[in-house]
Amino acid sequence: MLFNFANVLLFLVVGCLFVTLNLVVSRLLQTRLFTDEKYMPYECGEDPIGDTRIKFNARFYVIALIFLIFDVEIVFLFPWGVVFREIGVLAFVEMLIFIFMLLVGLAYIWVKGDLQWIRSIQSVREEVEQ
Amino acid sequence: MELNPQQLVFYLFALLTIGSAVVVVTIRNIVYAAFSLMVTLFSIAGLYVFLQADFLAATQVIVYVGGILVLILFGVMMTSGSLDLKLKLERGQLFWGGVVSLTIFGLLLSVITNTPQWENVDIGASQEPTTRKIGEMIMKEEYLLPFEIASILLLVALIGAALISRKEVRDE
Repeated sequence: MLFNFANVLLFLVVGCLFVTLNLVVSRLLQTRLFTDEKYMPYECGEDPIGDTRIKFNARFYVIALIFLIFDVEIVFLFPWGVVFREIGVLAFVEMLIFIFMLLVGLAYIWVKGDLQWIRSIQSVREEVEQ
Repeated sequence: MELNPQQLVFYLFALLTIGSAVVVVTIRNIVYAAFSLMVTLFSIAGLYVFLQADFLAATQVIVYVGGILVLILFGVMMTSGSLDLKLKLERGQLFWGGVVSLTIFGLLLSVITNTPQWENVDIGASQEPTTRKIGEMIMKEEYLLPFEIASILLLVALIGAALISRKEVRDE
């Protein structure tokens, strides 16, 4: 299968133009009126509660880190998937070893409770005592 | 100098890469810097396409733009007050940063000038994806062992990341 990257460039250009054009057109057509409501953060029509600049739960960061590792693993799966049929059992075993390594890591973080969104106070207390 | 459309697109991507990278290091607002980094990483993917490294370009978008940048933005958003933080360069940083970048620049320049010949690739033409070649190389040729070692590297990174971040979460 051949691939032409000019198509990608076309998508990129059309995408950029679409956004710019929409912004320009709406800027030209809009009535410019400023009320207090316009300066409120948009939360689906509800009155927002509190500051928008909240501190995110640090859990997000841990999950994102773990995601990144498995992201890289997925990248390795693509070339493997293309040649899998030709190479056969050998490729299958190789990938099993590769995935097993990361399964060990997944088991580790699972057992240690890094995947738990809200960790029980008990488990944190135990760790601190250790 | 006569520019054909391909060269024009290349220089556009090169300009985008350098320009947004300059913005990353000079802008005072850390959120703008993070988003400018997205443009840099994206246009580097474009440059990979010009090297006929289509798989690498896709990987660049998936891992760097889709993963690492999200991580950086999380880092920015989780640090309290960092949204209003005004970044400032110190004189010492400027000096050592300059030394390091000039060294790397010289290194790259020597590699470029010592490369015997440059193949002009026709980017407009359809090309065979490199995914199959990479697959064959890591599955049955000389890169089999590095491929399996990469899994150990990922394992180490996974456990290390969990270990370090766990302590930080507990300290919250």
